[in-house]
Amino acid sequence: MTDWSPSEHELERRRVRRRLRTRSVLIATAMTVLVYVVVGFGITASPGWPRFQDYFLSWSDAKDSLPDVWDAIWLNIKMFLIAEVFILVFAMLIAMARVSRSAWLTPLRISAIVYTDVVRGIPTILLVYVMAYGMPALELQGLPKSPFFWATVALVISYSAYVAEVFRSGIQSVHPSQWASAEALGLSRGQALRHVVVPQAVRRVVPPLLNDFVSLQKDTALASAAGVFEALATSRDYSLYNFNFTPYLVVAAFFIAMTVPLARLCDWLTARMRRRELAGAL
Amino acid sequence: MSDAVTDAASLLSVSGLRKSYGDRVVLDDVSLSVEPHEVVCLIGSSGSGKSTLLRCLNLLEEIDDGVISFDGREISDPRVDARAVRSRIGMVFQAYNLFPHLTVLDNCTLAPRRVHGVRKADAEARALELLSRFGLEEHATKHPDRLSGGQQQRAALVRAMCTSPTLLLLDEITAALDPELVGEVLSIVRAEAAAGTTMVIATHEMAFARDVATQVCFLHEGRILEQGPPAQIFSSPREERTRQFLARVLPPA
Ligand SMILES: Nc1ncnc2c1ncn2[C@@H]1O[C@H](COP(=O)(O)OP(=O)(O)O)[C@@H](O)[C@H]1O
Ligand SMILES: [Mg+2]
Repeated sequence: MTDWSPSEHELERRRVRRRLRTRSVLIATAMTVLVYVVVGFGITASPGWPRFQDYFLSWSDAKDSLPDVWDAIWLNIKMFLIAEVFILVFAMLIAMARVSRSAWLTPLRISAIVYTDVVRGIPTILLVYVMAYGMPALELQGLPKSPFFWATVALVISYSAYVAEVFRSGIQSVHPSQWASAEALGLSRGQALRHVVVPQAVRRVVPPLLNDFVSLQKDTALASAAGVFEALATSRDYSLYNFNFTPYLVVAAFFIAMTVPLARLCDWLTARMRRRELAGAL
Repeated sequence: MSDAVTDAASLLSVSGLRKSYGDRVVLDDVSLSVEPHEVVCLIGSSGSGKSTLLRCLNLLEEIDDGVISFDGREISDPRVDARAVRSRIGMVFQAYNLFPHLTVLDNCTLAPRRVHGVRKADAEARALELLSRFGLEEHATKHPDRLSGGQQQRAALVRAMCTSPTLLLLDEITAALDPELVGEVLSIVRAEAAAGTTMVIATHEMAFARDVATQVCFLHEGRILEQGPPAQIFSSPREERTRQFLARVLPPA
């Protein structure tokens, strides 16, 4: 290894590769700048732009509403983090119930099918209303009445059904030969599911899962319909008093800031798994 | 780079090829030249770099040094259109890599139709003709997962041959075949060679190599230790390593 140094030919090839790379970087940069300049110019040249600026891009209103929105967004984050954990667990259980074969589990299987069919058909905001206003009215002993609690429950119910289907499609995309080799080793169907199929399925569904979680982050704003004073409700309050919509954009910026790190984390995770598994394959 | 020395008569020539994955050097100073109509067999123990060499020849790997020329032209130049080169080179992978969502026939006609612009009817006629030569005509409309390993292997071979490539790269094509089928594939490969296709074959099947090869290369730890006509390699190898390897893989006489 140490006695090798690249030949003249190889050095020349590296120079060519570098030139080709530089060229594609230049093309990418030029095209990007061009597209954004044209789009930006198109927007700012529109006739309503000054009025739009007054209503939506007022710097002073952004500054005034920022502290309140900042405080309120923690409620969204809290709701998201709590709901996420329960959704992952429930969704996985539902998905596993749906792919089970055991005769004993038939009632469970049927319930899982009915659950996903019914819940996915209901608009999430309806679930939020029903939970936040209906459940406390039942006066159930020992359960909290706070709208925050019930809005979170509504999100968990709704998203478990979606995420369960994502998990199930991942489980079903694992090649049957994987089931066969696990069962040939003497693993039970449950063990094969837990140790062989689900780990492979989870990797495959990371991107669609991320999709659902980004969507969940945004849907925490639906809690405002249940009277939870989270970020959207706060900015709506501000807008109505001050007749300026800038706080909505502030909230939007916060939501974007929440989703971007999640997206990058998932990209990084999937890239790492691919590198580990594909090295030396083919 | 155009002044690279290439052997004008060779269809494929490799010189000083080096390939490493990180710190691990997998191919080291490999040189090889393949004349038209030749069948070159690469032998050597598992992990010696046979598959990697074939992948380099098909430009699937970025090489670290050396020159690969095909038909008198350097193809290891980054400016070369890899697709144009590959459209003249067929490859069969060790793991077949058939497309599971297509029937065997559609696997075989994909490249002729989409890359070479052959009409559907013509592509299917040629594919069916080849499939029946390989005893696969009744499997043409099945999906690959319904086939046995040996059948998939032959289907992969047909897929590679459908475009009538100038050069065929075959990776362990007899690995999943029973002895009867090895003989069959062997005769097809020989007929294909006689018809003018040049081949580079990585194989564990020494009898196959002895029968079909015009030249045998013994790879050891990423280097070609010895190469020559099969008669010479198998009966009077020069290198001690080759002798050891052959003693292990050849049935005692
Ligand atoms: N993508 C890769 N990353 C790291 N090492 C690899 C990779 N592909 C192959 N190798 C290593 O290169 C060596 C040669 O592999 P290969 O060409 O497949 O051998 P053969 O086909 O002769 O059995 C092996 O030691 C293998 O571990
Ligand atoms: Mg190999």
